[in-house]
Amino acid sequence: MSGFFALIVRDVRLAARQGGASLLTVGFFVIAVTLFPLGVGPELAVLARISTGVVWVAALLACLLSLDRLFQADFEDGSLDLLILSPTPLELTVLAKCIANWLTTALPLVVAAPVLALVMHLPASGFAVLIVAMAVGTPALSLIGAIGAALTVGVRRGGVLLSLLVLPLYMPVLIFGVGAVDAAAMGLSPAPHLMLLGAISLGALVLGPWAAAAALRLMTS
Amino acid sequence: MHRFANPARFMRLSGKVLPWAGAVTVLLLGFGLYLALFVAPPDYQQGETVRIMFIHVPAAWMAMLTYAIMALASAVALIWKHPLADLAAKSCAPIGAGFTLIALVTGSLWGEPMWGTWWVWDARLTSVLILLFLYLGYIALWRAIDDPQKAARAAAILALVGAVNLPIIKFSVNWWNTLHQPASVIKIGGPSIDSSMLWPLIIMALGFHAYLVTLMLWRLRAEVMTRKIRVLQLAQAQESRSQEGGAQESGMEAAS
Repeated sequence: MSGFFALIVRDVRLAARQGGASLLTVGFFVIAVTLFPLGVGPELAVLARISTGVVWVAALLACLLSLDRLFQADFEDGSLDLLILSPTPLELTVLAKCIANWLTTALPLVVAAPVLALVMHLPASGFAVLIVAMAVGTPALSLIGAIGAALTVGVRRGGVLLSLLVLPLYMPVLIFGVGAVDAAAMGLSPAPHLMLLGAISLGALVLGPWAAAAALRLMTS
Repeated sequence: MHRFANPARFMRLSGKVLPWAGAVTVLLLGFGLYLALFVAPPDYQQGETVRIMFIHVPAAWMAMLTYAIMALASAVALIWKHPLADLAAKSCAPIGAGFTLIALVTGSLWGEPMWGTWWVWDARLTSVLILLFLYLGYIALWRAIDDPQKAARAAAILALVGAVNLPIIKFSVNWWNTLHQPASVIKIGGPSIDSSMLWPLIIMALGFHAYLVTLMLWRLRAEVMTRKIRVLQLAQAQESRSQEGGAQESGMEAAS
């Protein structure tokens, strides 16, 4: 178990030392959201209607960008081989990397999301649910993304292929995440959507590390 | 299952079966189309446009069935390391993608007169569109990895992960309030569609199944042959390399 926590600490420390990977992700998030008012015009009603979707899609894409670094960096300098050979089960290793990825990329997004929702004129009743929905849904993004990242380790043009593989699997998270916030913004109960989001995250918690570990063993053999 | 693991035996058997499968396909599809276009009655509400159903519904069924076969073959390849299972899954993928595309396009053509729109983002249509992306991602993964063995296993993992989408598609019209109509054939209580339309539908569905079998056998034979060619090419490259090495050595010996 000490290996598990040590790996999380190592990854978080690496991300912090690599010139603020978290800030870069949040930067992309902010810029991506900013593109939409420039594209559709500043009309309040229109922005309020699309605010939830825009914030969620931008968060999705920001998570996607961070997945590239999940295994590729370790693969390139050989530490991935060492991690696979270590006594800690590979599934736990993958889980540790997913947790570190969530802490360094998804958590800053969850913190930044309400600010961006504010500038996109999301109705006030949706803010609390936005934070909760993103906190519940983003672990699924890291875990499902790990499967895609593991399958494209060492593949040429793996980044684009990663997006093609992972985005269809992300769509349920997007649908329920947006559904929860829209429900709350309209005054309905977000509970069903949040519970389904939680179910997806829990399912991904079990299946994601397992599938990703199998893929890692395969791709590095 | 392991009887067909021997590629040579598979090629012999499939070579004998393939012409018959093709003939059955042509017969069933021909008869089915005749029934669908001329014998089945027009719908009291939809008129003649209901005849799109005889292509749209079987195509949608086959799209899901092909993915299920792909996932099953992938599981067999991963668990038992059956030598032909991963090639079977690879053969299925373009066929399944084709069926999905046919289902989406014919559905769109049907939706325009029926619902007044070419497309709507309801649960059934969206989840079938996701199925198309899953097929395309699977094909892309096969092509992206150079080593065929590695590509086979990676694609097998991907196929199994994407199989989660299948129950979502099937039950989407029950779980969500959708524009797409709920199940009328495969549901509890039996089909609620009239037999004058049910029988052409079943014959068309059987024709599509035969089409899948024919095409899958054809592609699988092609994949087995491709693998053989690759092995022969590698052997040839090895041989020419060792010949070159031998010639260099004898040349150097003669020189010294």
